[in-house]
Amino acid sequence: MNVLEVEGLTKHFPIRSGLLQRETGRIRAVQDVSFHIRRGETLALVGESGCGKTTVSRCILRALSPTSGAIRFSQADGTVTDLATLSRRALRPLRRHIQMIFQDPYASLNPRMLVGDIIAEPLLVNGVPAARREARVRELLDLVGLPATARTRFPHAFSGGQRQRVGIARALALDPRLVVADEPVSALDVSVQAQIINLLLDLQDRLGLSMLFVAHDLGVVRHVSDRVAVMYVGHIVEIAPTAELYTRPRHPYTEALLAAVPKPDPAQRDAIAAPSGEVADPANPPPGCAFHPRCPFAVPRCATEVPALRETTHGSWSACHRTNELTLQGVV
Amino acid sequence: MVEQVMTNPGAIESGGHMLSVRDLAVEFGQDRGSVRALDGISLDLRAGRVLGVVGESGCGKSVTARAILGILDRPGRLVGGRVLLDPGTSAEQNLAALDPNGAALRAVRGGRIGLIFQEPMTALSVHYTVGNQIIEAIRAHKTLSKAAARAATVELLREVGIPRPELRIDAYPFQLSGGLRQRVGIAMALACAPDILIADEPTTALDVTTQAQILALLRRLQRDKGIALMLITHDMGVIAQMADDVAVMYLGRIVEFAPVRRLFAAPRHPYTRALLRSVPDIRAVPRARLATIGGTVPHPGARPTGCAFHPRCQEMIAGRCETTAPSPVPAGLEGASCFHAESVVQEAVV
Repeated sequence: MNVLEVEGLTKHFPIRSGLLQRETGRIRAVQDVSFHIRRGETLALVGESGCGKTTVSRCILRALSPTSGAIRFSQADGTVTDLATLSRRALRPLRRHIQMIFQDPYASLNPRMLVGDIIAEPLLVNGVPAARREARVRELLDLVGLPATARTRFPHAFSGGQRQRVGIARALALDPRLVVADEPVSALDVSVQAQIINLLLDLQDRLGLSMLFVAHDLGVVRHVSDRVAVMYVGHIVEIAPTAELYTRPRHPYTEALLAAVPKPDPAQRDAIAAPSGEVADPANPPPGCAFHPRCPFAVPRCATEVPALRETTHGSWSACHRTNELTLQGVV
Repeated sequence: MVEQVMTNPGAIESGGHMLSVRDLAVEFGQDRGSVRALDGISLDLRAGRVLGVVGESGCGKSVTARAILGILDRPGRLVGGRVLLDPGTSAEQNLAALDPNGAALRAVRGGRIGLIFQEPMTALSVHYTVGNQIIEAIRAHKTLSKAAARAATVELLREVGIPRPELRIDAYPFQLSGGLRQRVGIAMALACAPDILIADEPTTALDVTTQAQILALLRRLQRDKGIALMLITHDMGVIAQMADDVAVMYLGRIVEFAPVRRLFAAPRHPYTRALLRSVPDIRAVPRARLATIGGTVPHPGARPTGCAFHPRCQEMIAGRCETTAPSPVPAGLEGASCFHAESVVQEAVV
């Protein structure tokens, strides 16, 4: 069963200029993006800065209103609602079901609130009685591996990793159906990052969390996700089960991305593989496939026709005209 | 698709010591007493070689770079040690003894020693074009006409792989992408043909494909020019790809020093081992858990007694590690500052 189905999601930002602030262009941040998240599944959304991954997550949280497309969210009782078109008022009762884990554990916690109050706030806002709140906060602290004494302390008394645990406890307070995590470990040092990755894995197992995991680090993504969607200049170029995407990529951009990661192995260092050129400007994307100016396999068709996302093998989708003729290199 | 790394057959003979740091100590004064951020750092930068300096935030890797160059932020101050340029030659100069704001050190900074920052915007002014800033850097160190400096700048921008350098020279930094800005940052560091480069997290702010381009560029320039490069990073992947020798730092000290292959194949210090195990791997089995290091890096003001890593160490020897500090790794020798590693014979790095 799918917790979330996104179909044809598009988000354009107008570029305004001049005295009258007329629209002179559009940044096509997200262009016709479709995917789904199954119950208990973690889908990772990866790509480089400006690819639109954060815009997608903000549309799902309705921090942004999509330009077009549908975001169908299914509640526990089976009712399906399209979040894309709901008014702010109609959204309010649904918001408790979709929670967010933020990137920066220093900016996302109010420094003037006690940790216990930070975690209890979603409960308070949703009318949970005081006695129940107290017990729930203790339960949550235990769940994320913090001592019960953390309740009465301020965020500044904690390290980055511990603060991120507080942010996770807050996100889980209302037993959300879906958790959106935007780069939840990228601000942390490796030793702490490993602790938080393990915590997320534990929580996935214990609570059957459904999660959209937005990240740029392909190593982290391999550890935490069941499936991966790769974005490039507003489009999803490939979606596949995690192990398959890494070992047998079906899109040249995925191959380039995997090859560019510095391998922690000094024996494998002959060539640093980097695609030439730069990420295209989403205000002025190249015609056809947005990756074609940097793609070593491009043919004339790639410059004129936008490739559709098509299923290659069961459960693997790629948006490349040549996906069936190419044998791309993954990581072993 | 792959930026080719060319090795110059006639490159400068590698191995000569360009810069030797000995027993460097830095303190940050605070209201109640002061905090020792660097505690006896010794390392050598050698021609044509890349020294990787790795560690987690707060270990002192950036402070080391800033102390070498005499650009410590207040209230940081140098309290001991020597920074020897051209050690053992008649031209030997102790940079640590020079006035940080004096002409002598300013001539070295940006002259013999180039610096590349994590975020090039911190090194570049928003008010001037890229070209004007590089021209200024060149003319601060060399007597050159404006026109000649401009021509040299175009060449530099071309060398660091900026497309259409004769146009980009008049661009302002904000008009460039992150990758191009870092190329400008590198061009600026190279402006006076330094033989030593210090790069502090040069690719941390960049996307992975841009990072690969910048690492390939740094490697090519370093090899072709026989530069002694000190590369500071927190990323073990970057270390594995770029470094010849590696210094692992923890809480203001070097806890292990080894050639890169041996460091990855047989790490000696429990901290190095734990660090290597905790790196997420793109070859991992999906949903595989990572090895973790318990606890967090202590504040330098609350340095644990004995070996500073003992509260987090799985191999702690009770009664010893928490009372006595293991001896530091002698400068230029391979080894680890750990009681477990002392039985291993320390070898000179060739």
